[in-house]
Amino acid sequence: MKLSEIARQLDLQVLAGEKELEREVSSGYCSDLLSDFMANGPARCLWLTLQTHINVVAVALLVGAAGVVITGGRQVAPEVCRKAEAEGLPLLATKYCTYEVAGQLYNLLQGEK
Amino acid sequence: MKRNSKQPLEIVIPIKMKDFKAGGDGAARIKQVLQKIGFPPDIIRRVAIAAYEAEMNIVINSLGGEIKATVSTDVITIIARDYGPGIPDIELAMQEGYSTAPREIQEMGFGAGMGLPNIRRCADRMTVESKQGQGTTITIEIYNR
Repeated sequence: MKLSEIARQLDLQVLAGEKELEREVSSGYCSDLLSDFMANGPARCLWLTLQTHINVVAVALLVGAAGVVITGGRQVAPEVCRKAEAEGLPLLATKYCTYEVAGQLYNLLQGEK
Repeated sequence: MKRNSKQPLEIVIPIKMKDFKAGGDGAARIKQVLQKIGFPPDIIRRVAIAAYEAEMNIVINSLGGEIKATVSTDVITIIARDYGPGIPDIELAMQEGYSTAPREIQEMGFGAGMGLPNIRRCADRMTVESKQGQGTTITIEIYNR
């Protein structure tokens, strides 16, 4: 499913990387430990995390994530958005907690199969 | 894969202590170079993980250092060297979940004690040498096969 469609259905706010929303999302991964996502996050997945600092962008790019969703209504600093924009990484945000977003995303992606 | 020359390619990236903003840039540069050359995605991923973890170890735990990647068709070698303070007990540091990172670093999602174990999983060969007060050198080899 395209990231744009997921963003629409899950009511995600787009903070950066709007031009890259036509990417296909393969799966999802929830983690707030960067090393865990680095080791186990699948390429082209949507990464759900409550971490908001700038290293999230670097890690998402290294893993080749389709995008990042910052959950729990956390504020993201403008410099993090700018970095994501410059790197062409979709950065999205939601007020909902990781559990709720993950459940909905799971249903969306399973529904495709 | 194209073999342009028999000379291995060398990339050296200086790493500053506590520079979280630049953290990951070194690994990203190495990844870009490998992608341009045309290494298989699984090799690139292993190198990227190992380089990232080694880089963040220097950022978080050391006084600064450098990452050197040497790339040839058969093997990618990453040498991460820092200026101290050194690891008192390497065996303990290699254990999954062991970390000396302070709480504020752990709250950023680092320091989960996964760095060195992640490197070990990605590497075909790995050595850690450390002298207290002098620094640590981690040598990582990943074979392209």
